[in-house]
Amino acid sequence: MPRVSYTAPTTIDDAVKALAASAGLAKVLSGGTDLLVQMKSGRTRPELIVDMKKLPGLVGIREEGDQIVIGGATPGVMISADEMLTRAYPGIVEGVDLIGSTQIQGRASIAGNLCNGSPAADSVPPVIAARATAVVAGPNGRREVPVESIVTGPGQTSLQKGEFVVEFRVPKPKPRQSDAYLRFIPRTEMDIAVVGCAVNVTLDASGTCTDARVVLGAVAPTQVIVGEAAQALIGHKLDEDTLKRLDAAARAACRPITDKRGTIEYRIKVAGVLARRAAAIAFERAAARA
Amino acid sequence: MSKQHVSTVINGEPMEFLCEAQQTLLDCLRDELHLTGSKEGCGSGDCGACSVILDGKLVCSCLMLGVEAEGHTITTVEGIAEGDKLHPVQQKFLEHAALQCGFCTPGFIVAAKALLDENKNPTEEETRYWLAGNLCRCTGYDKIVRAVLDAAAVMRGENPPSPAT
Amino acid sequence: MSYLDKSALRLVGTRPIRPDGVDKVTGRANFGADMTMPGMLWGKIKRSPHAHARIVSINFDKALALPGVKAVVSRADFTDVPPEKAHIGAAPHNLRDLSLNCMAKGKVLYEGHAVAAVAATSPSIAEQALDLIEVAYEVLPHVMDVEAAMAPDAPLLHDTVFTAGVEPKPTKPSNVTKMVRFAKGDVEAGFKAADIVIERRYTTKPVHQAYIEPHACLVSVAADGQCTIFSSSQGQFMVRAYTSRICGADIASIRAIPAEIGGGFGGKTIIYLEPVAYMLSKKSGRPVKIVMSREEVFRATGPTSGAVVEVKLGAKKDGHITAARTVLKYQAGAFPGSPVQQGCICSLAVYDLPNAETIGYDVLCNRAKVAAYRAPGAPIGSFAVESCVDELARELRIDPLKLREINGANEGTKAVHGPTWVNIGYQKTIDAAKASEHLKTPLGPNQGRGIASGYWHNAGGESSAACHVNEDGTVTVTEGHPDIGGSRASMALMVAEVLGVPFESVRPVVGDTTAIGFSASTGGSRVTFAGGMAVTQAAEKAVAELKKRAAVIWDISPEAVEWKDGKAYPAGPNAGSFEPLSLAEIAGKAARTGGPISAEVQINAQGQGPGFTTHICDVEVDRETGSVKILRYTAIQDVGRAIHPSYVEGQMQGGVAQGIGWALNEEYVYDKDGRLENPGFLDYRVPVASDMPMIDTIMIEVPNPRHPFGARGVGEVPIVPPMAAVANAIADATGIRMRDLPMSPPRLLAALDAEQPRLAAE
Repeated sequence: MPRVSYTAPTTIDDAVKALAASAGLAKVLSGGTDLLVQMKSGRTRPELIVDMKKLPGLVGIREEGDQIVIGGATPGVMISADEMLTRAYPGIVEGVDLIGSTQIQGRASIAGNLCNGSPAADSVPPVIAARATAVVAGPNGRREVPVESIVTGPGQTSLQKGEFVVEFRVPKPKPRQSDAYLRFIPRTEMDIAVVGCAVNVTLDASGTCTDARVVLGAVAPTQVIVGEAAQALIGHKLDEDTLKRLDAAARAACRPITDKRGTIEYRIKVAGVLARRAAAIAFERAAARA
Repeated sequence: MSKQHVSTVINGEPMEFLCEAQQTLLDCLRDELHLTGSKEGCGSGDCGACSVILDGKLVCSCLMLGVEAEGHTITTVEGIAEGDKLHPVQQKFLEHAALQCGFCTPGFIVAAKALLDENKNPTEEETRYWLAGNLCRCTGYDKIVRAVLDAAAVMRGENPPSPAT
Repeated sequence: MSYLDKSALRLVGTRPIRPDGVDKVTGRANFGADMTMPGMLWGKIKRSPHAHARIVSINFDKALALPGVKAVVSRADFTDVPPEKAHIGAAPHNLRDLSLNCMAKGKVLYEGHAVAAVAATSPSIAEQALDLIEVAYEVLPHVMDVEAAMAPDAPLLHDTVFTAGVEPKPTKPSNVTKMVRFAKGDVEAGFKAADIVIERRYTTKPVHQAYIEPHACLVSVAADGQCTIFSSSQGQFMVRAYTSRICGADIASIRAIPAEIGGGFGGKTIIYLEPVAYMLSKKSGRPVKIVMSREEVFRATGPTSGAVVEVKLGAKKDGHITAARTVLKYQAGAFPGSPVQQGCICSLAVYDLPNAETIGYDVLCNRAKVAAYRAPGAPIGSFAVESCVDELARELRIDPLKLREINGANEGTKAVHGPTWVNIGYQKTIDAAKASEHLKTPLGPNQGRGIASGYWHNAGGESSAACHVNEDGTVTVTEGHPDIGGSRASMALMVAEVLGVPFESVRPVVGDTTAIGFSASTGGSRVTFAGGMAVTQAAEKAVAELKKRAAVIWDISPEAVEWKDGKAYPAGPNAGSFEPLSLAEIAGKAARTGGPISAEVQINAQGQGPGFTTHICDVEVDRETGSVKILRYTAIQDVGRAIHPSYVEGQMQGGVAQGIGWALNEEYVYDKDGRLENPGFLDYRVPVASDMPMIDTIMIEVPNPRHPFGARGVGEVPIVPPMAAVANAIADATGIRMRDLPMSPPRLLAALDAEQPRLAAE
């Protein structure tokens, strides 16, 4: 790997300063499971690496009022082990859990997964479907933004120089609200998602959907919030007709590419399939959360 | 560019080394500390041959910088046995012939130990998914999975018959 | 002596722990990248970014100015290997080509082709230096696809290659380096006599052996030219010979030490790094270590061929095949030498065919030179033939296993390529398949079952072995074959069996090129056969010597001494009433009875037995995504005699897993500029643990009487059937016939959606 400087600040201010003041490219280091791969392949050549892991609040999960707060650099194993989060957002946890191998889980974080800017990131669709916000620290102080505003294109984020994601905030789920995330990969593990789909639904006592968000990954330059798919669900139970309209809405929202992982036609078709399957799981989970 | 000094505990021993910031933990283990048991199979976190346990968590040492190890506790394959007493995972790998070329074996031993530290009674499926980050090209995984399940049984105090005669 | 009677065996056939095992599970074993030497430099190689280009210039000025850089190397440092020296001993490779593969001359022929190298005091300085080496190229048109490369107007890789095997001899150079043909009977008459004729076309993509250990070596050349090489390879004698020829050094000046090897599967039967490291070491005066990155392994080392195979089968309604014609077109990569000939031969060898013709073409194209991959050539040809036989079975409405039984090779069958089979177990694998519990298990919805068979000839060849009886009666056995799969344990078993001593008292050692006589490489499934023959003979010679020494001790004739259960006995009461003597007792007196007790043997093993196998595969298909799950797999193989059954099972299971990867997800993906898009384990998708079920193995033993213990090669034939077994299972589950590999989800789903031709049975 090319030579680089490294610093591990212990306060958020110091981290902001280090990132903002760097003459050359400065990169945030969270779990490192994307950054180191990209440094080795030459895709990125930072002059400075700023390690987030010693910053207070960046690693850990806590409840705060009617929100759940997840530190940006929290590794996957900690997220999967958190019973409270798993009960509240099984879809977020399963999305995080699908990132890479057990070894990757020991390090990978949601902030890293998000800010890497891959349309195929597994943790991002369910986090967006949960209507999460990201708290960003930077030279101008802190700002809180919807997670979907962070990624602007493949490998691109809306973060300015000196900014980084401190934590994610999700609203505690309502009664009969739950989520699910599914992805398609050619093997059973270890692949980047060819298609990913997160479904977050709220049901009433009769099982009719009163609120929904459907988010697709890997089928467009950024994650896609499929408004028509949500409309297909709201006001309905998950019957054959609803599933058909959901499938069609998911497919219609795709703007995929053909690459070494899948073709355009394939991604479109499978987006519909996963939307149906993820919705079925989300509905079942939501109904159980009376 | 001057080197950074890192203090860490490896296999129960305090160890220090000097490294450049861009050297991975794997580079440091192998080239600075001469612990060559951890292997580089891919350098990109896809094969698991470099697996170590960091503060109780299974990780790929090729995806960590050596400087990130400062203040942490690491177990490598060299620290799995206790002196000349093999860990049940190691013993069962030998009995089941769960290795052919042996290159992926250190990574599997570390990963399997991490599994059994966390889950005393894994199913075959749980074992396979836990180990999905460790590639083996020689064995087809069959004997590896059997060895791990048998080691789990031994660690639970059961006495599975050994295939080695 | 013969040890063919299994019931008389004490050790062979048991499953002791391998002698090198503890080192391997504790991380102590030294693989190619694990050694260091004082003063060592790190070498790195600059590689072409173009698939085909002329090298206009190479400028080292900036690189040499970087502090820490100690030497640079390019083609200018190598002398071409003259055509008359292109081969060495009985080794199969063309060293003139291999030299040009190790360091390009004039032209680069594939992305990743080495053009220069540097040695520096740290890996990061070597990397920086690579960036500072300036290479100017003139990009040329390239060609990748095998049929495109055969076209008369295709970009030519070498203008010195004229198609061999074609009459009249061509006057224009071609990318087709040779045509081979084997025939039996009258194929046209055979097709005319058929009730049904089917013709199909199958394609495969290049796949890599994907050993987990990248190539690595440490080479030290002293000022007087004496050289030590530490590297992992499938043959330290090959390393020595090839490095000597490419670098212009005497063989005796090189000591090649075999590291433990982290997988080879044929891919390490040649060298890429040692000659480059040799030159860097020579120029710098220091040892040089070069380790390939995973990306380099995929880009610049030989995958196997991608291919097109056309199969035409004619048969009677009762299932007898009357004629078979196959045409195989294999990519060779940048230099001649695809395994197309093996593909032609092996795919038909399973059958008793009255009339057959098989034609093969070896075709150059702008990708890395093909390297051997486990039963080279056979899996591709068999994917096509075994799929076509399945299609034939369905057309005829005959059970696929029954069709193979009707047409399968038997004792006395003459194969298309000439030999007549004796002592083969093919029909026994069919019988075992029929009787298997697997076959009786019912299938559920979207599930299917496929059968396929395979053949591999296995190899014999040169091996040396030495058996030393140490002063305390323990035994050291030195042989020359890198142990890629546990063969050391089998060597010790055979020697301990012959000597009649405990397994633990025999220590097997893989010697370097100065420690043991010449031994051909580990490959061709030959080590247990040929190496085993050599160690057995060495042990027998040692027994003869031990009996002689006992005779001296007892002052009787050597003919009057017997050897039994590890001891010398007087042969009958007339010989005298002496207490039996153990190895320890005889060895303790060795100096007084004639000197050290050692036996060395050098052989060119003949009589290797072929391997036959039949596989059964169950799959479940997700019709909405094209995803295929392998539910169950049984491999039934004639193994001759399983010296160490666990390692024989291991070979079968490993070959199956590679074949499944080849069938479902593995492929090289090139962009329009001939650059590899997936040079890593993320997108080159080998099976992971959760992809595979347990792999059941049934070992059938039809001993090969030409080997003292009846052994046959077992390592390669298991990779031959899986692609067809999976394709046949998918066809059974869905009615879809996939003829192009890999059968990845996007392709299968597209076929399902387009409703490809249904099976006749539907």
